Amino acid sequence: MSGLVIEKKTNRSREESPLSKIILIILVIVFDVGAGWFIQNALSKGFTQLIVIVGIITIMLNLIFLLPKAYPFRWMAIGLSFLILFVIYPMIFTIYVAFTNYGDGHLLTKEQAIPLIEKATYLPEEGKSYSWTAYKSESGEYALWLVNADGETFIGKPGVEIVPANAGDPGISEADSSGIPASLDGYQRLNGLVAATDKELPNIKFGLEGIQTIQIRSPSEAAELEILYKYDEAIDAIIDQSNGDIYRNVNGTFTTQDGKTIKPGFRTVVGFKNFIDFTTSPALRGPLVRIMAWNFIFPTVSVLSTFALGLAIAILFNDKDFPFKKVIRSFLLIPYTIPGLISIIIWRGMMNSEFGVINRILGSTIGWAPRWTTEPIWAQIAILIVNLWLGYPYFMLVTSGALQSIPADIYEAAKIDGATGWQSFRRITLPLLLVAVGPLLIASYTFNFNNFNLIYLFISGGPPIVGASTQAGHTDILISYVYKLAFESGGRGVQYGLASAISIIVFFIVGSITLIQYRFTNMWEEVSESV
Amino acid sequence: MSSLVQSYKNFQSSQKAQKRFGIGIRLVIAVILIIFSIFPVLWIISASFDNSQSLATQTLIPANVGLNNYRDLFGLNPDYQFGDLSYWKWVWNSVKIATITTVLSISITTLAAYAFSRLRFAGRVTMLKGILLIQVFPNLLALVAVYLLIFQTGEIIPQLGLNTHAGLIMVYLGGSMGLNIWLMKGFLDTIPRAIDESGMVDGATNFQIFWTLLLPLLRPILVVIGILSFIGVYGDFILARILLNDVDKYTLMVGLQIFTAGQFDKKWGVFAAGALIGALPILITYLALQDQIAGGLTTGAVKE
Repeated sequence: MSGLVIEKKTNRSREESPLSKIILIILVIVFDVGAGWFIQNALSKGFTQLIVIVGIITIMLNLIFLLPKAYPFRWMAIGLSFLILFVIYPMIFTIYVAFTNYGDGHLLTKEQAIPLIEKATYLPEEGKSYSWTAYKSESGEYALWLVNADGETFIGKPGVEIVPANAGDPGISEADSSGIPASLDGYQRLNGLVAATDKELPNIKFGLEGIQTIQIRSPSEAAELEILYKYDEAIDAIIDQSNGDIYRNVNGTFTTQDGKTIKPGFRTVVGFKNFIDFTTSPALRGPLVRIMAWNFIFPTVSVLSTFALGLAIAILFNDKDFPFKKVIRSFLLIPYTIPGLISIIIWRGMMNSEFGVINRILGSTIGWAPRWTTEPIWAQIAILIVNLWLGYPYFMLVTSGALQSIPADIYEAAKIDGATGWQSFRRITLPLLLVAVGPLLIASYTFNFNNFNLIYLFISGGPPIVGASTQAGHTDILISYVYKLAFESGGRGVQYGLASAISIIVFFIVGSITLIQYRFTNMWEEVSESV
Repeated sequence: MSSLVQSYKNFQSSQKAQKRFGIGIRLVIAVILIIFSIFPVLWIISASFDNSQSLATQTLIPANVGLNNYRDLFGLNPDYQFGDLSYWKWVWNSVKIATITTVLSISITTLAAYAFSRLRFAGRVTMLKGILLIQVFPNLLALVAVYLLIFQTGEIIPQLGLNTHAGLIMVYLGGSMGLNIWLMKGFLDTIPRAIDESGMVDGATNFQIFWTLLLPLLRPILVVIGILSFIGVYGDFILARILLNDVDKYTLMVGLQIFTAGQFDKKWGVFAAGALIGALPILITYLALQDQIAGGLTTGAVKE
């Protein structure tokens, strides 16, 4: 009956009033114009993937709002757009980046890199030359007075176009006996010896790059610089104009046969190179294996310890008439109620090897204290302790809820049959409890598998692994390693490609765990029933 | 006969004694656990009132009690020496971002949940399952891509790019089509259809029914989801960390982390005061609403 009414209702909502229909169409047009403008701008910047995704979302929204049949989707149009743009698209983009060399030295597209490369110039050994006189301003800037073979005179300053000028022009003093002005607007002439021994002067390029630049070749001569590299589209290579070397495109870097390269490189698809690097390069493989091993140990121990403590608390204080039950529970809940970042930094302070309260107490009582931040094994133990503190209240909450839902008469029956307390816990409580909180255990495992905050905020994944070519530490997990590769390279250059390759490994592991979870809990069947 | 009664009584009283003994032991355990759970909190409270400010000299009962750290925080100390502490700016940013995100994300969630609960359309079940699947991969896992996406967007519309709150909020909203839709839909399913039908008889549109009849009934679940979402955004670190660059734009969590990055042991006291003020509202909310929140946590997972 109700289904029938809903059906009718959905039909009726299709007959909208003409006014609201017009408003809707106007809104859609406004949106389309905006999206078109956005796409056009993205086109000029070469953001191909962004264009595709914004295009898809625009088409989707048009269909949703213009087709009467798509009416139900209007209720979730904005949410869907955000979901596609900020969750689904980044995942796809991560997969794409993992197969590219995107990162330091390869940040630009090929179209952007080639003009930059072609800006480079060199000083030819022969060619149009000038005689020069140097000038220096009070603030230390240089200028040149140039005379060419025909006797024409010019002024050259770095970063400014070279312009013809004559002695006696406004701002320029009259020529002296040598035929050269003593000062230019704010610049004073350097005498020949000073100029010839000046260390900076020969390295300065006078004039505007891309138009005409002049550099000093010898104490008597300055010469026009020539374009060093030219890109040859036919062979997809760069040719060095000074000596004829050919730089071919190798994985986004122009490289000669004997290994010389030109910077910058550009981003390009490199196939499985990132993954292969991780398996072949010892400086990458060693740390990755360690990190992965710890990435499984950490959530396993954490989930087991937090669950055990949470459950123990729930059982110990489960009696209805236990004194101060409510107060005890509130106190024990406190770790859960403080923003994790704050708790982690507090623990970091308390576990500081030199000044921390824990080591001060240990030092004064037993005369020995572990070096929590510098010794790998103690750093790992420290993290497990902190996570026990952070995590047990959650399991205390959920297990005490689940315990209350186990009917008391089962225990009565077990008692009559002569079961001991341990037996009834082992055979009744635990199995029934696991059915209820099993999915939460797996969810907690997945959460801790990617528990970036704890790992990063405690000691940034440290202490560092010796011999690693990247920023890898003994307490790093995959996701914190990804973060370091991409954003905190410690001077080693950002590595988006490598970072994304690891992200994909994380996708696979998390996906597999979830699959197990769904199988274990028959979730799909339940889902199908409840929708 | 009487001996039997006597032995039964003995048995009972010994059981009682055992029980009392059990409670005693359990109370002792409770005290140990409570010390474990609140020691860091006591420690930070004491540090915040310790004028010596240094990690190395702090004791549980401060030797040098005073409000110096709080004065630093409130900007009342002219000779303040740590620089780059825009504490109240950070608090404001956090509250602003969390509030806007919560309101928008609840709206998105509720509207979508209405469609999933009340309308019948092709792909409904597939989409619901899809949501369950996608939320396993939070956008934290694709953070490089999220960063590049916001960077590229900012090249075209600077107001939505890196170092803007709007960009950060948009990324947070990407997560609003998540598990909360299941929670909300489950709650909506429990509201009888008769209520909708009464509205339809009066000729109300779908939206009018949703707005005037259903929304008021959703209040309890909206409060729970809203609080959890607010706390989640308020406590988020990594997305805010990679997307915001300016000290003035930081959220409280990013600010506190960056603040403690250098000379940690010397800034300990000020950090303690700031952390305490930042954590207190959340702590109070949790403790006051612990039953509702625990209910919200386990709905859908724990079968009653």
